[in-house]
Amino acid sequence: MTRFIIWRLALMIPTLLLISIISFVVIQLPPGDIVTSTLDELLADGMEASEEQIAALRAMYHLDAPMPVRYLRWLGGMLRGDFGYSVQHQQPVSELIGERIALTVVVALSSLLLTWALALPTGILTAVKQYSPLDYAATVLAMLGMAVPNFMLALLVMWGAFTWFGVSIGGLFSPAYVDAPWSVARVLDLLKHLWVPMVVLGVGGTAGMVRIMRANLLDELRKPYVTTARAKGMRYWRVVLKYPVRIAVNPFISGIGVVLPMLFSGDAIVGVVLGLPTTGPLLLDALMNQDMYLAGSFIMILSALSVLGVLISDVALAMLDPRIRYD
Amino acid sequence: MNRTADEITARNPDAAASGGARADDDSVLTVENLEVRFDTEEGELSAVDDVSFAMRRGRILAIVGESGCGKSVTSYAILRLIQKPGRITGGTITFRPRGRPPVAITDLAENAEALRRLRGGDISMIFQEPMTALSPVHTVGNQIVEAILLHQDVSQADARARTVEMLGKVGIPAPERRIDQYPFEMSGGMRQRVVIAMALVCNPEILIADEPTTALDVTIQAQVMGLMKSLQRDLDTSVLLITHDLGVVAQLADDVCVMYLGRIVEQGTVRQVIHTPRHPYTIALLKSLPSLALKKARLPSIAGSVPALSARPPGCPFHPRCPHARHGVCDVGNPPPSEHLGAGHYAACLRVEEVARSEGRMPDVECRMPNAGTAKDNS
Repeated sequence: MTRFIIWRLALMIPTLLLISIISFVVIQLPPGDIVTSTLDELLADGMEASEEQIAALRAMYHLDAPMPVRYLRWLGGMLRGDFGYSVQHQQPVSELIGERIALTVVVALSSLLLTWALALPTGILTAVKQYSPLDYAATVLAMLGMAVPNFMLALLVMWGAFTWFGVSIGGLFSPAYVDAPWSVARVLDLLKHLWVPMVVLGVGGTAGMVRIMRANLLDELRKPYVTTARAKGMRYWRVVLKYPVRIAVNPFISGIGVVLPMLFSGDAIVGVVLGLPTTGPLLLDALMNQDMYLAGSFIMILSALSVLGVLISDVALAMLDPRIRYD
Repeated sequence: MNRTADEITARNPDAAASGGARADDDSVLTVENLEVRFDTEEGELSAVDDVSFAMRRGRILAIVGESGCGKSVTSYAILRLIQKPGRITGGTITFRPRGRPPVAITDLAENAEALRRLRGGDISMIFQEPMTALSPVHTVGNQIVEAILLHQDVSQADARARTVEMLGKVGIPAPERRIDQYPFEMSGGMRQRVVIAMALVCNPEILIADEPTTALDVTIQAQVMGLMKSLQRDLDTSVLLITHDLGVVAQLADDVCVMYLGRIVEQGTVRQVIHTPRHPYTIALLKSLPSLALKKARLPSIAGSVPALSARPPGCPFHPRCPHARHGVCDVGNPPPSEHLGAGHYAACLRVEEVARSEGRMPDVECRMPNAGTAKDNS
């Protein structure tokens, strides 16, 4: 097991290097850079910049160095914890995104937990009671959940909260706590706001997970080992929970690896709609303004987290299923 | 057509005295007029139809037949393990344990405590596929210990010790190490031994073995069969053996039921059924067995194929493939009733006397009873 984890950790290094190259290249692809977009803004405001000023800016950001050099400089900085400087926000990237990443993890994990709490029992019930009214009801709801876009759901929840409870629930904090230092009161305030993105993001994922769980479990319920266990004299539900469910959750757990990045990136639009101080809206903004250091570091950190998510799900799978462990 | 065991015994008083596969005092399990149906898109299909037999205590009863004849369904019905869309639609199954009152299994509620005590405790089952009959993600020890703890009030440590002992008994080397292995670390033969150990660990009165060796290599088959026979003798277990292999039947079984399209066409002791078969289907099955004495070029086979359950022929279900079938006799009306040929030997054939005469060259006729074919079923 230890060997398995070490091996998987070692595999992460080339993966992350590859991701770093790709994210660097992708960010370089669009024509123009931070200086040209700054110039555009200046021009739009009716100001002009001299050739010298432009050259000075370009030198400051090392924009004239060859691409591999710029890449290595960026990579080296990241390894030292220096994620560069956001031109747009006039702040070091690390300061800018530190809290946002933490909040994104909180939002993503809480909605993942909600997804599990809803999808596991619903999936099990719909499989065991296949073709029952409950199964049909859950199927219809799941289809609805999959068909309704998350941002639409976000708008509906906000509208509902506003009309019925008279509260505006955008963001993760009340205005008083937005810039306040961390305290117990701020955490409580966060929890008060957290349920909206949790529900919006979690419910969307639940629909798909219910279908996966139902399909997996239906396959497993027909396996001979279920009959063997029943022939032993076990209670039906004990059989279901100990044997087929245990095996049916496998793809469910390997799903964490996929769900985490989906939650991280997929929340951009929801984040914008709900005004969340998470990574999504900032990333979108950085990409639109070609704030390269910000966007690149962002993508890098999110990718690292996703790779970590896959690792976690793989380790969990190996612990759950001896057949994977021994391969 | 519905007869009870009492009627059968009353009509055939000699059946009880002379053994065979019909009810008597020494029965550990009786099945009477069992009927199992499946709801399908083509309508209700009858998978088991009017099946009656009794298991003698401490003996091996084999149910033989081709795939789809209803033999497995019959065995699943005994533990009430038939799953939707199938269900038992008629008949009774009675378990007669030693020193306790009989249990009408078919009367028990689906989730009755008594039914759970029966399963794995008094009656246990081993299945065809050792590869999939065990959970792949639990150790074999975990799965056997669980069976003990379900039925016996012992500690985890005692259950584990008993498991090691049982694994040794079924011939698994180094059982104290093997107990913590997963099924995928074992060969097919080893897994089937584990399954047998799991089934016998609670000392059941009845062991149902559903094609226990079909999925195994031939050499392993012989080992596992030998093991089952010796365990059955040692533990004094009554065995219901489901198989399509008449060779296995001849070696192991005491009594035989031959099934075709959901009905028992012939039953009796192994001697009666193998040596003096009276139903054309049994005769055809036996003729299609390869034997060393038979040096002819081609092995005879049964003409045609088994019809689908949805296309059950009228009259005798076997008549389209039967060389003795008579137009206007065998292909009309209800399936022929079981005729008692004496000494507990039954065959469901309207032309049983003619068949006996024309099949005179079957090796063995000495068991033929004077009253063979005379006990007409008038019900």
